[in-house]
Amino acid sequence: MAVVFQKTKGLTDKPFSYCPGCTHGIIHRLVAESLEELGLLDEVIGVAPVGCSVFAYEFFNCDMHEAAHGRAPAVATGIKRVHPDHPVFTYQGDGDLASIGTAEIVHVAHRGEKITTIFVNNAIYGMTGGQMAPTTLVGQKATTAPYGRDAALCGNPIRISEMLATIDGAVFVERVAVNTPANIRKAKKAIKRAFEVQLQGLGFGIVEVLSTCPTNWGLTPVESLEWLEKNMIPYYPLGNFKSPKEEK
Amino acid sequence: MAKVLMKGNEAIGAAAIKAGCKYFFGYPITPQNEIPEYMSRELPKVGGVFLQAESEIAAINMVYGAAGCGVRVMTSSSSPGIALKQEGISYIAGAELPCVIVNISRGGPGLGSIQPAQSDYYQSTRGGGNGDYFHPVYAPASIQETVDLMQEAFDVADKYRTPVMVLGDGMIGQMMEPVEFFEREPLKVEKPWATNGTKGKRKPNIINSLFIDPQALEDHNHRLEEKFELMKKNETRVETFNMEAAEVVCVAYGTTARIVKNAIENCKKEGIEVGLIRPITLWPFPEAAFDEISDTTKVFLSVEMSMGQMIDDVKIAVAGRRPVEFYGRSGGMIPTPEGVVQKIKSILGRE
Amino acid sequence: MGKAKGTVIFDSDACKGCGLCISVCPVNILALDTSSVNNKGYHPATAIEPEKCIGCANCATICPDTVITVYRTMEE
Repeated sequence: MAVVFQKTKGLTDKPFSYCPGCTHGIIHRLVAESLEELGLLDEVIGVAPVGCSVFAYEFFNCDMHEAAHGRAPAVATGIKRVHPDHPVFTYQGDGDLASIGTAEIVHVAHRGEKITTIFVNNAIYGMTGGQMAPTTLVGQKATTAPYGRDAALCGNPIRISEMLATIDGAVFVERVAVNTPANIRKAKKAIKRAFEVQLQGLGFGIVEVLSTCPTNWGLTPVESLEWLEKNMIPYYPLGNFKSPKEEK
Repeated sequence: MAKVLMKGNEAIGAAAIKAGCKYFFGYPITPQNEIPEYMSRELPKVGGVFLQAESEIAAINMVYGAAGCGVRVMTSSSSPGIALKQEGISYIAGAELPCVIVNISRGGPGLGSIQPAQSDYYQSTRGGGNGDYFHPVYAPASIQETVDLMQEAFDVADKYRTPVMVLGDGMIGQMMEPVEFFEREPLKVEKPWATNGTKGKRKPNIINSLFIDPQALEDHNHRLEEKFELMKKNETRVETFNMEAAEVVCVAYGTTARIVKNAIENCKKEGIEVGLIRPITLWPFPEAAFDEISDTTKVFLSVEMSMGQMIDDVKIAVAGRRPVEFYGRSGGMIPTPEGVVQKIKSILGRE
Repeated sequence: MGKAKGTVIFDSDACKGCGLCISVCPVNILALDTSSVNNKGYHPATAIEPEKCIGCANCATICPDTVITVYRTMEE
């Protein structure tokens, strides 16, 4: 009898602190599996954000830094400049990366910093209780957008992958989703590829992962997968925006 | 090693490299620009890294990342830039990481001016960052002392796992003086907490200032408090001058203390004995020096390039035993020895 | 080529009862066990017709809490 699926050594035994059905757990696992399969767990240094994944440093089975809100790319830069031979990654949510940390993510990309960023976009602030994120969709309700996001009042949702893909130093940019087993498998490929690009020293890589927030969306976990498919993917199209040239 | 004539800001860079600092992350701001410029030129020669960050906020967080890896790392800035770094300084203090932060301070509030000032005393000693924390603040009065204290700062940072600030005003940064770099072996400190990959041989190291369990955070704060008390006991530095028969004791730090020394000489010529307490560490504040005051001393005078900030610590140290007066200039206006003498005479009623 | 036979093992106490595994099972053999409550306070997911499992691992792939281990054998 062959094992076709078991828990990766890239995760600690600590149970995830996420709500039932929150897909952060899937994304953690894909990152951890990628690190294990590439043989990087003994060398890698990760940076956790502020947000729902603030405790990521307890879940990844490797050296970790906890960063201030939005500053993970700067912290990762400091680490990478000391340890150019160690893989370094940040794991950040949409409030962290796409709002308070925009300067840091743009400049880490601009410098072509050889790190990998996992960007979890669930269109809401989860940890603080469902406030509007820069990625909240037009019309989507949030506790600070009780009538739904009004583009005239607060602009349209920000498309981070498209923006970062315009920066020379960002060499690998892909948007994936974790709403179906097929998409999860594609997401895993992209994350693994992003780490490989880092190992090859080619530049900055980011994988934006569309994720769910059943609690703050007010939906069941299964309804949330459907909501992501119907509402998020049309606005945030999946696909690779940029790959190192030799790959194409 | 022979004496060399150096500008303060460049001497700071040279001293840091001598202390084994190989990593510098900063952002341009006047009047400290010669520090990053020097580091960008010199660090690559010793296999180090200079990186100009996109902001002071990013720079201090790069310092946090590098410090967590266990290397000697620094940043430098000036007053409004230090305000931006306070978030990171709080995290560094909370996560107990060693690093050195240089503040070549300028006038404020707001954009203020680019002239020398000492109006960052509160910012430096009380911290603008959140939470219960302190860190050592060195306030050199000459370029030679700056160089010596830079080397000291890196050792103290490593020894106590703490951020350390070296606070100079624009004059310290911009003036040139002869300096000698004394050979001094950097303190060797094991850093088993550093993140450099587990190598499969140990549990993951985590650099963190988050303690969500109330008891855990209170325990952490108690541990930090013990460290602060230890630093107060071991690292307080002060110079006293002409204290024996002093009628008035001035309290001044940094370049202002040099002006006060001139004023003391002038007073002596007129038959007035004036002493000086010069805190070299602003935190820990040298409170014990105030317990050894001569019976002749009638009054303390806090002299500052500010509207009066250190005077609070002077009052705490004097503890009501004598009156405390204030003389200060601000906005980039420098106190003169004549101004200080006049104030002393006015206090003593000998105008 | 034989038919794939799978086995799914649930770490029931780690399950948060979100039901994502149930929604992606191609042979519809998973359900929440409403007769039991785990130590987190949830009805854990379980295989109600385990003999029909094909070992595709869809359930484990979408499980956010790495509750599920999947084994597979090929039958003649």
